[in-house]
Parts: sequence; C-alpha cells; structure tokens
Amino acid sequence: MPALVEIDRIRKEFRGETAIDNLTASLAKGRITGLVGPDGAGKTTLIRLINGLLAPTRGTVRVNGFDAARERAKLAGFIGYMPQKFGLYEDLTVLENLRLYARLHDVPENERQRQFEKMLEFTDLARFTGRLAGALSGGMKQKLGLACSLLGRPRLLLLDEPGVGVDPISRRELWSMVNALLDGEMTVLWSTSYLDEAERCESVLLLNESKLLFSGPPAELTGRLQDRVRLLRGIEGDRRKLLARLLDKPGVIDGVIQGSALRLVFAADAPCPSLASLGVERDARELIPVQPRFEDAFIDILGGGPGGRSELAERFEPLPDDGATVAAAHTLVKRYGSFTAADRIDFRIRRGEIFGLLGPNGAGKSTTFKMLCGLLRPTSGSAEINGADLQRSGPEARRQLGYMAQKFSQYDGLNLLQNLRFFAGIYGLTGRDRDREIDGMVDAFHFAPYLKANAGDLPLGIRQRLALACAVMHKPAVLFLDEPTSGVSPVTRREFWTHINALVDKGVTVLITTHFMDEAEYCDRIALVYRGRAIATGTPDELKEQVRSADCPDPSMEDAFIRLVQESDRQEASR
Amino acid sequence: MKFSRFAALFSKECRQIVRDPSSILIAFVLPIILIIIFTYAVSLDMNHLKIAVILEDDSAPARSLAGAFLANSHFESRVSADRRAFERDLVAGHIRGIVIIPRRFGEKLRQGEIKPLEVITDGSEPNTANFVQNYAQGVWAVWFGQHQALTGGTLTPTPDSETRIWYNPELESRHFLLPGALALIMTLIGTLLTALVISREWERGTMEALLSTAVTRGELLLGKLVPYFLLGMLSLTLSVAAIILVFHVPFRGSFLLLGASGAVFLFSALGLGLFISTVAKNQFVACQIAFLAAFMPSLMLSGFIFEISSMPAWIQYICNIIPAKYFITCLHSLFLVGNVPALLIPNMAYMAAVGALLLGLTFLLTRPNLE
Repeated sequence: MPALVEIDRIRKEFRGETAIDNLTASLAKGRITGLVGPDGAGKTTLIRLINGLLAPTRGTVRVNGFDAARERAKLAGFIGYMPQKFGLYEDLTVLENLRLYARLHDVPENERQRQFEKMLEFTDLARFTGRLAGALSGGMKQKLGLACSLLGRPRLLLLDEPGVGVDPISRRELWSMVNALLDGEMTVLWSTSYLDEAERCESVLLLNESKLLFSGPPAELTGRLQDRVRLLRGIEGDRRKLLARLLDKPGVIDGVIQGSALRLVFAADAPCPSLASLGVERDARELIPVQPRFEDAFIDILGGGPGGRSELAERFEPLPDDGATVAAAHTLVKRYGSFTAADRIDFRIRRGEIFGLLGPNGAGKSTTFKMLCGLLRPTSGSAEINGADLQRSGPEARRQLGYMAQKFSQYDGLNLLQNLRFFAGIYGLTGRDRDREIDGMVDAFHFAPYLKANAGDLPLGIRQRLALACAVMHKPAVLFLDEPTSGVSPVTRREFWTHINALVDKGVTVLITTHFMDEAEYCDRIALVYRGRAIATGTPDELKEQVRSADCPDPSMEDAFIRLVQESDRQEASR
Repeated sequence: MKFSRFAALFSKECRQIVRDPSSILIAFVLPIILIIIFTYAVSLDMNHLKIAVILEDDSAPARSLAGAFLANSHFESRVSADRRAFERDLVAGHIRGIVIIPRRFGEKLRQGEIKPLEVITDGSEPNTANFVQNYAQGVWAVWFGQHQALTGGTLTPTPDSETRIWYNPELESRHFLLPGALALIMTLIGTLLTALVISREWERGTMEALLSTAVTRGELLLGKLVPYFLLGMLSLTLSVAAIILVFHVPFRGSFLLLGASGAVFLFSALGLGLFISTVAKNQFVACQIAFLAAFMPSLMLSGFIFEISSMPAWIQYICNIIPAKYFITCLHSLFLVGNVPALLIPNMAYMAAVGALLLGLTFLLTRPNLE
C-alpha cells in the first residue's frame, strides 16, 4: 500500500514545550486512519503539521511527495481540513457557507452547483440551505463542516475531532458518511478521543503525551490482549468494594465497572485467572473471557491502571448507611419562552448511590443539574438536597454539596496551592482546619511536586485531580460531577473513578452528567435525558435489556442509548 | 491574488456586517449619538456665569456700569455695596468671580483717570476664571465706549486690544466640535470595528479554516479592508449630512476634498485596526488596545477638544504622530475656512503614509499559517 503522507522523525516545540516528540508514521492511500489520544496528546498539532499550518521544529512531513510546510501552495486543493472549532460562519446560511468555501477552494463556477447538490444530498442538509449555520444542531454543524471541507474534491481529508459535542446518533452518521467517501482515492485522517471510534478504523496512530505509542491496525493492538480480559459476573454484594480489592491484586492491571459486572484485564505474565485464583468464589458466580477493547490495550501500553486504594476516601468519615433519599427532583420543569429545556423530570437518589444523567448535548442535562443545586430556578416543580430546597435554604445546606464543573473551574493564574487555599476559604475552612484539609489533599493526590505551578500550566491529569480536590475538600455529602472526565486519558479516568467509588463506599452520594457511555456504566442508575425529558430510567443493565432484540443480542450502552432515542423520536412522530 | 476569492471574502464580510447588529450600531447609531452629545451636552461656551458686582460708588456712571453687568447674558450678577459677604461665596464656590467698581469711580472717570477694573476670580477652575476675566473686560470695554459716545468725552479708549474673531464669529463651540467628532466616529469604525472582526475570526476558529484554503494573505487583508472602508465612507456621508443639514454647521470647503481627506484618514485608521487585530488574537485584548491606541489619542491628543499648542512640548511631539490630528486640521479648515490646498495636501499625504506603513507592517506580520 503506497503511503500518501510520510511523517519522518518530526518534533514540534512551542516556546520550549514539546508538543510532538520524534514521531515517524505514514498514512496509507485510500484508507481511514484514526488519530487517537486524550486531550493534549498532540493530535491537533499533528494535523496542523500535515496540512502545513504549522512547520515542524525538526523532521519533515511529505504529502503526496511535497513538503507540507514549504511547498504548501502546491498542495492547495489537495487537502480538505475540518478544524476542531467547526470553522464555519455562524451568521451565514448553510448555502452561503458552502458558496464561500467553494470559491475559496477555487471550485470552477460551472461545477459548483453540481457539487453543492451532491454535498447537500450527501449530508441531508438540503432542507436547511436557508438556515443560519449557528442555528443548526451540533450534529448538523459537523456535517456542514464536513461538506465544506470536501468542496474542491480533496484527496486527503483531515478531520480534527469531528465527534466532539455530537450525540452518538450523529456520530454514527458522520462515521458512515466518511466511510462512504473511501472509494480508493480518498485518504482520511480522523482524530478522536473516543477510544471506541479507534476500533472501527483500518489503522490507528495512538498518541499520548506528545509521543506515538502505536501505529497499525487496531486489531494488532487489541490482539496482544487476547485471553487477558475477563468479565466477572453474578456478583453478590458490593461490586465497588470488590473492584477496589481486585485492583490491588497482583496480575490485575486494569478493572472497570460494567453495569452489574466487572471487566478485568490481566498482566501478560499472569497465570490463567480463575474465581479461585482471585479469591472471589464467594463473591461472584462466573469469570468469562471477553474480547479485548481498544481502551484495554491503551491502558496496557501505558503500563496498567492505578490500584484500588483511594487515599482521598480514607479521609472521609463513613456516613450512616440508612438508605435515606439524599437528592430528589419533583416534576421539575424549566421553560425559556416557548422552549422547554426540562420537562417534568422526576427522580430520587438514595444515599451512597451514583446516579447518572445521560444524554446528547443540549438535551437538558445541565439544566436539570443546575436546578438541583440551586443555580437555576425551576419554572415549576421542586428539587431538594438532603431535604432542603437549595433555592430557598441558606449557605449551610449548600455546604453539604460539592460541585465539579465541566471545564475545570480553577484559576489558571493561581498556582496549585493558592487554588486549594482559595477553595478552602470559599467553603469556610479556616485556621488549623484549613491547613489540615489542604495538607490532606496534597497527600491524597500527590500534589507535592506541583504546588508552585500555575494551574493553567499543569498537565491535564493533574488539573483533573485538582478539580476533584477543590470539589471535595470540605467533605460534602453530595457530589455533583458535570462531565468530569471528558477528554482525559483512560488512566486518569480510572484514577478518578477509584476515588469516586471509594467515596460512594463511605456513603457519599454522586450525581453525574455525561455523554460518555463508559462513564454511564459506573452508575447505579441512569436517567436518559432527551429533548428535555427523561425518556428512560433504570440500571445500566436494565436499559440494555430494554433494547435487546434478535439483531442486537448483546447491546452496548451506546446501542441502548441510540435505540431508546430512536424509539422516543418514533413516538413523538406518531403523536 | 485571484478576484473570485477576494469577491467571496468581500461578499461574506458584507453579509456579516448587515447581519451583525453591533456593526450597524457602531457605524450608524453611535455617530448620531456622538453628534447629539457634542451638540448639546459638551459645550465649551460659558453662559450664566454667577458673579457678584460690588458697587462701592453711588455715582451715575458707576450704577450704569453695574447695570451693564446685570444686562449681559454671559453673567448672572448680583449687586451689593459690601464686598465681605461675597468673598465667602467665592470661597464656597457659589459664585465664579467678583467685579469691583471702586469708591470715587464716577469722580475719577470725570477727571479722566481710568484704572483697569478689579476682577477677582476663582483660580481653582482656570478655564472658568479666564472666561470671567475676559467677559468682564469685554463688558467694561463696551460700556466705556458707549459712555464716551454719550458724554462726548475725548478720552482715549482703554481697551488695549480689540478682538475680531474670524471663521467662527459667533464662537459657537459646536461649529468647532462637530467636525472634530467626525474624526472620532471614523476612528471607531476604522479601528475598533476592524480590530474586533479579525480577532473574532481567530476566536471562533474560522481563521484556521480560511488559512487551510487556497486564500492568500493579500486577499485576506483586502477582503477585510474594502468592506469596512465602504462602511466607513457611508457613515461619514451620513454624519456630514446630519451635521450640516440638521445641526446647521457651516461648510465652506468642497465635498470632494472632504471625501478625499476622509478616505485617507479611514485608510490609516483601518491600517491601525488590522494591525491591532493581527497582533492581538482575542477580541477583549484587541478592544483594549484599540481604545488605548486609537480612541483615546483621537479624543485627547488630536486637538479635538484640547488645544495642542498649549500642551508641553514632549506631548506635542506625540500629538504629531497621531493621524487624527491631521484629519481634524483638514476638517476644521474645510468646515470653517474653505479649501486651503497648502494645508490640506500635506496633511492628507501624512495620513496616507501612516496608512500605507501600517498596512505594510500588517501584511508582513500576517502569516499564511498558524506559526
């Protein structure tokens, strides 16, 4: 297979910081290659290097035989590029955007109309030509962005995280659209932080912390884990406690909660595991081999996940295991004019439960969330935390609550220690109490080497820890997490969930919003939010069970999501 | 450079201008608001200055002079024989000055002995103090002239100078301020608006998408320059029409030259705007820089409100590099004097040179990539 893009020992530095470190790779012609890695791994930089928007500090990138940076003019029209930030004009209509990019790509006048029609049909946007791009849904915006980057018929298509902020249905559509383009001539680079997308690519480049960890077909990577992944099912008792115990066993390099089961990855040199060798004969019924996933392989390359011990949770006093209702939504409604952002949302969360609000962007997750923690006033209905309505009660009730916002809301200009002090102050911790809690956080999260570093300069994983530390420093009884681990590396995500699981063990109640299916698996119960309504509520296994059918015998969380949303759309249409 | 690509950028920019309420606001609503403010709220003319007239003499001429102060519209005078009461008022700031008509005023006048009038003013507000001083001097001079005529006196008239005001005989400050306001308006459109629109493209990620196409930096810059140039000229036309037709400021020069000087100033303002937005890649910073580098100097250091010749020498040097100063000179001469080519041409040449320099720099600093 001839290579269309040859990347030869490139290095890219920004003001002394290394963004790409000695990377050699190639993209095969006519293939789709996944560029996979967590945020900050260097994916965007690599894409910009390939289309010549950046020049490498060392090494060369050759596209179709030309130097990408120095001979960029010769590559005009050869590359189609869709940047991460959408890159379209929100105040122009769909057609005006297409027209603008057609002319900028030098598409000849006589060919434009034909290409427009083809693109509009391809993207199913023909009905919306007169609509402003800013008024399109997230999925439609991405389709329009894709259409614009395809004008001028490029031979190489570079897509920078097209799946970000898009619901799973639109993501699948985008995926099949791009696959339809692969006619042997078109070469595609698809960057993503969703590891499940990587599995579907013909070839992947796996980036982490500016280094290339793997290049080749994903099956080659997952193949290394053949026979090393098991599902522990039929668990009696607390699966979170069991997971924490198993993660500390030698030979277990990774483990996650998957609904009511545990998914475990074993070290290459570990003896064939059994219920007996793990010492869980009394806790679980069966241990069955399952297909390894890309994420398992990623963790394996990184040397395995963290252990099961949470030094953070050890600082918490256990709360009474009384099964009391800690948070509840009573027919919550929020309207903005004629738009209903949340429509009759109802649920109760018991102490020590992880409750998830799962749904696409704009479905009403955050609105519901904000009404619960008293940041938004419901149009009707009420919300309570620990029996108090936060809309009306004072700061004492609010002290019971820890909140971790979607974009880590630490101050970039303050260093790590100053951030901790600031948040301690906000929660009313003073004097010796304050110092004790701050020291506790520094120990629990191993912050010592970073105390003087500005929060803005911290590695993403450390920022994630800092955000959690700031949210739990005052030992809240209820923890609100708004998309807490989007874009972070799987190891960081494991570490985060180790803490959360251990906190829940102590009786802390967790409410989480997410559009990550993996995160949904950690929840005890999930409310699937779509168009302002909770269209389904239940345990992850119950939701999956709801959509089980002959053509989908073993549905994943994503399958469940998609089918339940489609079902809701059908009901809406028939009404 | 390819015309179709430029045309694509041009029409895109025009649509964005039309659809963005803020650009319409800055180009058409703000100018009218500024014109109204400078007409009614900011006035450098002083009327109804509160003063006290101390009448220490009881003669007929003394009373007649006091009457002249009472009748003058610049002053709101109170008359008393005792000066002590008013000294307190002056200290408290209730009055702006005290005019003293001294004892034996009438007698001395008859004997032909004339002393200049004694005027006490509040120096803590020098501008107002000057007005009081000068207006009082004027009242005295006029009264003295009339007195001479009535009495058939042969005394030489006292006033050492006779003031004749050219070009703006009514000394209406709006005749002077409104043309100057045009420079401010053009600065807003030329610099502020353009500084914002390019940094907005960086912020929203559209610049990255543009750079990945075949577009060249010349096309990019022209695609921004031309639409905002046209918008600025449109706004200039509207503002000039309002100033002349609605607010009746005289216009003595040619419209062609006004258009030409407006165009070169706009050119320099756009140059600065584009320069700022290539340096600052986010809207907030661009806005701050535009205010500091363009709006404030145009307001304070251009001779628009504060006379440059009365500033310290080193500030005058700074004033000399500000294009708005040259535009305001052109505007004042076109509105109040007429066409003075010897003045207009060098001023316009300077503005064109600044514009060319800034655009040249911008062109050099504009990278065709993200480095």
